[in-house]
Amino acid sequence: MTVWHIILIASIAVLALKLAGFMIPAAWAEKPTVARLANLLTVSLLAALIVVQTFGSARGFEVDARLPAVAVAAVLFALRVPFIVVIIAAALVAAGIRALT
Amino acid sequence: MTGGITHGAGRVARSPEVSAAIRSSFAVGLAVAAYGISFGALAVAAGLDVWQACVLSLLMFSGGSQFALVGVLATGGTAAGGAAIASAVLLGARNSLYALRVAPMIGPGVAKRLLAGHWTIDESTAVSTAQPTLVSQRAGFWWTGAIIYVGWNLTTLIGALIGDQLGDVSQYGLDAAAAAAFLGLLWPRLKQLQPVVVAVGAAIVAAVLMPVLPAGLPVLAAALVAVAVGLTNWLGTRESDLAEAEPDPMGER
Repeated sequence: MTVWHIILIASIAVLALKLAGFMIPAAWAEKPTVARLANLLTVSLLAALIVVQTFGSARGFEVDARLPAVAVAAVLFALRVPFIVVIIAAALVAAGIRALT
Repeated sequence: MTGGITHGAGRVARSPEVSAAIRSSFAVGLAVAAYGISFGALAVAAGLDVWQACVLSLLMFSGGSQFALVGVLATGGTAAGGAAIASAVLLGARNSLYALRVAPMIGPGVAKRLLAGHWTIDESTAVSTAQPTLVSQRAGFWWTGAIIYVGWNLTTLIGALIGDQLGDVSQYGLDAAAAAAFLGLLWPRLKQLQPVVVAVGAAIVAAVLMPVLPAGLPVLAAALVAVAVGLTNWLGTRESDLAEAEPDPMGER
């Protein structure tokens, strides 16, 4: 698979899921299990992606400047700082630590 | 804010409800569109070219799925393509439920429903379902969708061009920025005990499996935590189901 294949397959599948919601019977949305699964699926994937993005490396698992950067981001999100500001702050913390060490 | 989008409202005077819906659309839309910059920069940092980053925003148009695809490709490359696609698709599953909710507002017409389907995301669903009347719900959906679609694609291009100039990614902390971006998407979903437990469980599963499995697979394995807790409804209540079903745009936190 090339990057283009991956992009097009994933994009079409995500778009198809949105359109599917316009086709399937509305009664489905009322089922608590369906709604709960969709919500928890989102939560679990995002949590796993945070871990992979924070500790992932060629050697598997590594603690480095990304961890303090994510910790700072968590504090800023808790303080309701806007998304884009938090992202920049996290990048600056990691870049700063790497420049100094 | 007069004229422009045909789906907005009537030609003469707008009802106060519709005006309020349009104000919400701008407040949420502009805030959300701004972080297309971070997506564009991260996509290029993950090895995509500027075109590929832009096609993702134009065609996929779902922030969480886009960040996930790019995140898995950044660690695993094209060898992790299958896992990257699966992560993006699973994260996009919630959009189906959003579409179920907004479909009655949109009404019939194939072209209109196709466009509405494409623009069905957390923010357009949240703004529209929060409005009191059908006309204002419709206005909220179309205005939010249009503002974010245009803004997200413009800022993706800008971010991708900036990322293209940066070169070495880790020097600028872009890898840490990606982790923070996922945290920002997760944060507003952690208001109940059940999602918090699922998040912690998924994080542990991913961490344990990372040194063992190829890139991308630990993320998919972590999704099983959601399936187990979701099917048994462990630590859940009927009320929490309803509360969690509300999409919560980050711009409104």
